Amino acid sequence: MSGSSDVADLTRAGSDIPAGRNLAVRGVFFACALLTVLTTFGIVVVLFDGALGFFREETLFGLLSGVLGGVLAGSPAEAWAALRTGLGTQVTVREFLFGVEWSPIIRPRSYGVLPLLWGTMLIVVGSALIAIPVGTATAIYLSEYADRRVRKVVKPTLEVLAGVPTIVYGFFALSFITPIIQRFFPGTGTFNVAAGAIVVGVMIIPMVSSLSEDAMSAVPDELRNAAYGLGATKFEVSTDVVVPASLSGVMASYILAISRAIGETMAVTLAVGMQPNITLNPLEQAQTMTAYMVQIGISDVSVGSIGYQSLFAVGLLLFVMTLGMNLLSLWIKGRYQEAYR
Amino acid sequence: MSDSYTVGDERENEQDGAAADRADGRNVSTPDPVDETTGETTPSIQHIADADTVIEAADLTVHYGDVEALKPVNVRLPAQEVTAIIGPSGCGKSTFLRCINRMNDMVDAARVGGELRFRGKNVYDEDVDPVALRRKIGMVFQKPNPFPKSIYDNVAYGLEIQGYDGDMDARVEEALRGAALWDEVKDQLDESGLDLSGGQQQRLCIARAIAPDPEVILMDEPASALDPVATAKVEDLIDELAEEYTVVIVTHNMQQAARISDKTAVFLTGGQLVEFGETNRIFENPENQRVEDYITGKFG
Ligand SMILES: Nc1ncnc2c1ncn2[C@@H]1O[C@H](COP(=O)(O)OP(=O)(O)OP(=O)(O)O)[C@@H](O)[C@H]1O
Ligand SMILES: [Mg+2]
Repeated sequence: MSGSSDVADLTRAGSDIPAGRNLAVRGVFFACALLTVLTTFGIVVVLFDGALGFFREETLFGLLSGVLGGVLAGSPAEAWAALRTGLGTQVTVREFLFGVEWSPIIRPRSYGVLPLLWGTMLIVVGSALIAIPVGTATAIYLSEYADRRVRKVVKPTLEVLAGVPTIVYGFFALSFITPIIQRFFPGTGTFNVAAGAIVVGVMIIPMVSSLSEDAMSAVPDELRNAAYGLGATKFEVSTDVVVPASLSGVMASYILAISRAIGETMAVTLAVGMQPNITLNPLEQAQTMTAYMVQIGISDVSVGSIGYQSLFAVGLLLFVMTLGMNLLSLWIKGRYQEAYR
Repeated sequence: MSDSYTVGDERENEQDGAAADRADGRNVSTPDPVDETTGETTPSIQHIADADTVIEAADLTVHYGDVEALKPVNVRLPAQEVTAIIGPSGCGKSTFLRCINRMNDMVDAARVGGELRFRGKNVYDEDVDPVALRRKIGMVFQKPNPFPKSIYDNVAYGLEIQGYDGDMDARVEEALRGAALWDEVKDQLDESGLDLSGGQQQRLCIARAIAPDPEVILMDEPASALDPVATAKVEDLIDELAEEYTVVIVTHNMQQAARISDKTAVFLTGGQLVEFGETNRIFENPENQRVEDYITGKFG
């Protein structure tokens, strides 16, 4: 310590704590946070701009550079032409959202995204039909029935299941689920919606069960005891007290799981196929929005072509859907939270 | 014959003897055995006529893991009276209460020994369904804990799970009247039970407990979270409940025990039931020195 004076020296100058360190630490943390925000922002900008290129023939950057090039070359006509093509409509939003034919690469071209949306919806509904009941039941079991030792084993196991790379699930569907389906329905092809829905369903069970279990465990024991004290069975306590009291968290887990199913890519690309198809038959092949994006990503369409641009339009739609789901889950959590105190 | 007894302090140091007693298969309803170490008779539970006895503990013990929370308890609680259980914190009052309707089943670490008889039947027998037991024994907890449901649904819940298909509206009204809450909530039965004040919530919990018409109502410090006005209301209520029900109430508050109970059981540190008897006598003239010290505030 500085000096030998009897008065305590509490000033910065007198302390041996390096003054600069605090600021530096703060700066590093801030830079990291900023990087994340900027990255997210950059992705959104690229997505929007690329989608603009799909609907308007030219991205905002392309438009600006065309016009600027004309102006700099001293040719107003060139600039005007660039502006006109840049603002011209290539695909109407209406055709994109409501058209029932999707063929942006192969002529005759058409740009209705509904077949892809339909494929995604089939996977979402099918996987939700599996994951919601199984995941909820698992959560109730873990929270209300399982004794501590079982929970200690099962919960981490489920979380491992959530960590398996999704491409592994895809191979699992191809090599295990589809053959079983084929045994029961011999005509089924290698790619089919059912296998995809099942495997995505299995994939999102841990999400439902783990988040729901967290919500259920947070229900205060006082409520359980109130019901037990009235002579409720364990099942009645679970269904009448625990589930209603944790409903906001349980619903949020469903929505996050559905959001995950919407965005799921590798497993459905492998299992469901590459054929846009509006069908109700789960044994047929189809194509989800994500699988289409994989297809374009690995194909040889040239940058700037409409096939390439369609990638951004589909990506934007996907982004809006998952964002909407996440906002919905936040809203539900905020709106219905604290049913108990 | 007096209907009270006292347990000597010596008992604190004779767990081994008590364990041996149990190993012998000693039945508490046999005539008073003589304590080997002191020559003193151990407490008899024969004093109260059988017909009046609803709850009877016979060498009832509870361990949480290796920790002994209740030393062998022998007591008979009479019907249609209020029995108060008092004693310092951690002496096992709640533990004893939870034995009566087997709420201890929910505590993984809890192990119960001896017998707890409800109308002569040991509730810890293999063939007893705790769910059926709890439908005969209602419980009110320390912290008001209404379900996050409407006032009506809170009161109706116990009847619903029992499959009651009579006039539910009438039963709900009856229970709310019984809990002295009807006039305050009759116009807002559809509103959440959580919107009531703490005192109202606790009376709602009492209504919920009495709606299925149990024989016994257990209360664990039901007024400790309430203000004096709400406490007074709950105390009045307990008085009325005793006309119909057998009430066992745990309380920290000795004035409250003196005011509302007919019988008092005093537990002291170590999970020992030290004295049981008429409330008036216990408070005016306790037989046990430690009970006197506790009641007069010398310790506890
Ligand atoms: N779930 C439990 N696990 C382990 N020990 C417990 C548990 N519940 C109670 N105990 C112990 O058993 C003893 C008696 O507890 P109990 O809750 O019955 O006391 P109490 O008389 O009701 O106290 P209070 O007046 O503070 O409510 C205490 O020493 C306590 O630490
Ligand atoms: Mg207690």
